[in-house]
Amino acid sequence: MASASPVYSTLHEERTLITPEGVDLRLKLATAGQRAGAFLLDFMLLIVILVIFSIVVVSAGLGTLGAGSVDGIEIVAVIWLLGFFLLRNFYFIAFEIGRRSATLGKRIMGLRVVARDGGRLTADAVIARNMMREIEVFLPLSFLSGGEGVDGAIALIGLVWAGIFLFFPLFNKDRLRAGDIIAGTWVVHAPRRKLAIDLASESGEGASAFTFTDEQLDAYGEYELQTLENVLRSGNAETEENVAATIRGKIGWDWSEAEDDRAFLSAYYAALSTRLERRMLFGNRRLDKFDTGEEQG
Amino acid sequence: MESLANQAVFSSSTFRAEREADWARLEELLHRAEGGSVKRLSDEDLLELPILYRSALSALSVARATSLDMALIAYLEGLCTRAYFFVYGVRTSFGQRAMSFFAEDWPTAIRTLWRETLIAIALMLAGTLAAYLLVSNDPNWFSAIIPAELAGDRGPDATTEALRATLYDDGGESPLGVFATYLFTHNSQVSIFAFALGFAFGVPTALLMVYNGAILGAMIALFTGNGLGFELGGWLLIHGSTELFAITLAGAAGLHIGTKVMFPGMETRLAAARNAGRTAATAMIGVILMLVFAGLLEGFGRQLITDDWTRYAIAALMITVWCTYFYIPRLGNGQR
Repeated sequence: MASASPVYSTLHEERTLITPEGVDLRLKLATAGQRAGAFLLDFMLLIVILVIFSIVVVSAGLGTLGAGSVDGIEIVAVIWLLGFFLLRNFYFIAFEIGRRSATLGKRIMGLRVVARDGGRLTADAVIARNMMREIEVFLPLSFLSGGEGVDGAIALIGLVWAGIFLFFPLFNKDRLRAGDIIAGTWVVHAPRRKLAIDLASESGEGASAFTFTDEQLDAYGEYELQTLENVLRSGNAETEENVAATIRGKIGWDWSEAEDDRAFLSAYYAALSTRLERRMLFGNRRLDKFDTGEEQG
Repeated sequence: MESLANQAVFSSSTFRAEREADWARLEELLHRAEGGSVKRLSDEDLLELPILYRSALSALSVARATSLDMALIAYLEGLCTRAYFFVYGVRTSFGQRAMSFFAEDWPTAIRTLWRETLIAIALMLAGTLAAYLLVSNDPNWFSAIIPAELAGDRGPDATTEALRATLYDDGGESPLGVFATYLFTHNSQVSIFAFALGFAFGVPTALLMVYNGAILGAMIALFTGNGLGFELGGWLLIHGSTELFAITLAGAAGLHIGTKVMFPGMETRLAAARNAGRTAATAMIGVILMLVFAGLLEGFGRQLITDDWTRYAIAALMITVWCTYFYIPRLGNGQR
């Protein structure tokens, strides 16, 4: 029964990281979509920075041209070459060596790079994983752009070969790219969350208007409670109306048209969570509405 | 009486209300610490942070066992993860890391790669020899091996005088600084490429090494054919002793990854790949530093110094310095 419950459907994304205090942090692996999104953001950012950098450097160069100095142009060219080189190779490294272990794109997507052994992320690991981008990103790009003197068929073979590295994360359960493998890292989804309001105490004042019997509360289990939590937190009036109607039907609730859907749902949520948490304290969990407790015996 | 009754009944709401302020405080400290340097935290903050971290961690354990509020658990997991990486991600200052890199890590990494370094040298020499023999027998091979834009004025049809000119004139078209920078960035990109290609079981890296050798061999064949072998040696080696060595080491780093992925030995394949990758990455930072040096020697030294013997002397000096630095055992190493 437990395996059929959607509550556990995210388990294969979870990775154990036990802190020295003995608590499992249950890291969530980043999905392929999040990884791709973060990379695209970084890539676009890189291009924007490069364009701005080039405009600044070239306009500075034009300024010195007016002064009629050759040395000025030389310095400008050196700065541009070095800047391009540093941006291409060290943008990712510089950000991931920092305290948040994430590039700007990863921060926006709520991702961070973590050493697979749970230890600290060392500089050599960050360098190893990012230098691999040379064959994962820049090689496919150079094949796409045709390269110099490469004919169609060769470019196609090269593109397929490069594609193996590009799509590497899709072919292993830990979503490691080639760089992650040689650096001993993986990328987890650990966004900064705000502490959401406590739904159970929110309904406190209005709850007295609703009293539920034990039978009415036994209609649902933890899975339904969490679904209800999501409904309440997203705050969509139409969904709330539908869900309220379903629950009222299921528990045989006597109600008038004037009753507020959200107030009813909040009160039911508070009552159900109190009851289920009480049961939980006594080691008597109820996973979902199909869980009668007896068959697991 | 009533407060006693409330305390007796545990509820996740009161549990949360009691600790919320601590979590907010931890969050605020982390926000400040991650935003800038640790220096933005006062001494009291730094002492408080691990305590807040541990209490948040214990709150997480309690919440998992008693609360069905998914948002609360997700929040605590996120907060504890952030705090964990801050508290245990001990980092030394940049200066200390740079010190240990030059004193220990870099030479150690290069020494670890000694077997692959020999293989990379052998591959490059094989390429050199093959190309030398091919071009010596049939000069048409030259254009097949060396791309036109690299060859420039050099070619089987060029006169001895024209070839000599390429060795001693700086061409004049590009200023020295730009030339040095271009060479550095280009060579670094090639060496990073050689490193990354090592992941494909080292095969493309090996081919790259052979090809690099082949370019060298074709040049040697062309110039010795015109009786300029000695002069070419000075022209090549003044920077080449550093540059070729660096590229060889980059190839060795790539081969190291390739061979460890293929033959992990007693370790698991993933662990072997990780260890190889980190060693190779340390070596690669060194390689890039060497290439900065080679770029300066090539861009400035070679164009400004045109005396053959001086060129050879600098070449010999550089290779001695590198080899001493990398391979002479340290006093400290024996004691550990």
